[in-house]
Amino acid sequence: MKRVLPVLTVLCGIVALWYLASVWLNATWVYDQAARDGRSVTFSQMVVETQSQERPLLPPPHQVGAELWKGLTAQAVTSKRSLVWHGYKTFEATMAGFALGIALGVGLAVAIVYSRTVDRSVMPWAIISQTVPIVALAPMIIVLSSKMGIDSKLVPKAIIAAYLSFFPVLVGMIKGLRSPDAMQLDLMRTWNASGLQNFLVLRLPSSMPYFFASLKVAIAAALVGAIVGELPSGATVGLGARMLQGSQYGRPLDMWAALFAAALLAGVLILIVGQLERLARKRMGAAG
Amino acid sequence: MKDEVTPMSRVIEARDLNLVFQTADGPVQALKDVNLTINRGDFVSFIGPSGCGKTTFLRCIAALEHPTGGRLTVNGMTPDQARMARAYGYVFQAAGLYPWRTIAGNIRLPLEIMGFSKADQEERVARVLDLVELSGFGKKFPWQLSGGMQQRASIARALAFDADILLMDEPFGALDEIVRDRLNEEVLKLWARTGKTVAFVTHSIPEAVYLSTKIVVMSPRPGRISDVIDSPLPRERPLEIRDSREFIEIAHRVREGLRAGHGDEL
Repeated sequence: MKRVLPVLTVLCGIVALWYLASVWLNATWVYDQAARDGRSVTFSQMVVETQSQERPLLPPPHQVGAELWKGLTAQAVTSKRSLVWHGYKTFEATMAGFALGIALGVGLAVAIVYSRTVDRSVMPWAIISQTVPIVALAPMIIVLSSKMGIDSKLVPKAIIAAYLSFFPVLVGMIKGLRSPDAMQLDLMRTWNASGLQNFLVLRLPSSMPYFFASLKVAIAAALVGAIVGELPSGATVGLGARMLQGSQYGRPLDMWAALFAAALLAGVLILIVGQLERLARKRMGAAG
Repeated sequence: MKDEVTPMSRVIEARDLNLVFQTADGPVQALKDVNLTINRGDFVSFIGPSGCGKTTFLRCIAALEHPTGGRLTVNGMTPDQARMARAYGYVFQAAGLYPWRTIAGNIRLPLEIMGFSKADQEERVARVLDLVELSGFGKKFPWQLSGGMQQRASIARALAFDADILLMDEPFGALDEIVRDRLNEEVLKLWARTGKTVAFVTHSIPEAVYLSTKIVVMSPRPGRISDVIDSPLPRERPLEIRDSREFIEIAHRVREGLRAGHGDEL
């Protein structure tokens, strides 16, 4: 309860602010509508009408909640109208990109830690890669991958997700693999340990706390990447596409529902990574 | 018992050993003309102020540093060859146990690296745990043990692969006086039971006198040996021996040696 209470307090505050903002933003439309019909509305009438519009500027929480619930449960999860189905498609791309990002990040980190040349030549480019706005890059990756004859919609999305998620893993793993101190390295030397043994027995286990910290950032980045990969026009699949369609066809409720579905997905993914970390910490002898 | 000094019994031999570190502030003479012979079964303490080269000399024996002049042999080999032949176990000031491995897992680590068979590993871990009186703690993780117990585990780790030389670099420097006394007693017992040759770096005069058959007093800038004292104390040493006249005399000589080496700095 002690941990839940502060979170709930903040949540209540956000919901209250959200309701206030929805009244304020949607009021204009209510007054315009009334003026057109030649009737006048009282303040309380206005407030009621802001809460149930079909195309509100800012839908209030209960409308978003209802739309989200409808999207999740009102049809079979295999239907293309189901947010579960779209969410799964986004999840698929996120996980593929996440895996690719981990492989790339860890692989590069090992190369950088063991080779000065790679450190000097690759590291600056890794940093530069993150300064390029992904929204500019995403359409190019999608076009290029279709030009190269890749029909799968998954591949370009996964590449974009990997592009964003490899970097935190890279930075975390470099720090982690370099974390053993001089004494620990000397100790291995007194045992005449080989380079591979040094890596497997000392450097890799030492890097685990850094690895898991970076995974939490990387999984969120991968999700953002997958969603951005669904945004370029023409896409019909995934939560990103749902958001885009919602905004293009003037269905703000669709957009908000998809947005919250994505937030839900992000929460679940981070929770899973957190659990994995706890399991790993337990296996590695941590107290809690 | 060390009447017959044959070449075989000379475990560590340093002749005119020099080591110059190149630093940003210019060269630093860490060791200057060090001559020393350590015989099989000796317990040799190195004592001196910081910067006297005692740790550096120990690291040279372990081939963690490389002398820039002179000759150093360990078991008749170069230090590097000796390291590869697993001639020594090294105990650092910090226990340096891997937090993600149990105590037994930590002691098993050098055995795994050196490729001992599984059965042999288990047998050795049990034996050295018993030797340092940590039987029953094998499944614990390092954080569950006190500092003294962790250091005992690190000694067990250094003993596990049967090197006949034990190099100890201020192993009890971070522990309190009471724990240190107990561990000193235990190290002596260990030494008596295993017959190892021990090189022991310390800051503490009582510790050096209590433990050693030979005390090497060193002084700084440049790091050199200023006195070598062969202890007349018997090998069997109860803690009370520290109140004996001989003990106090040796301690006095060590203190004098340290003071002389320090020159005008005191």
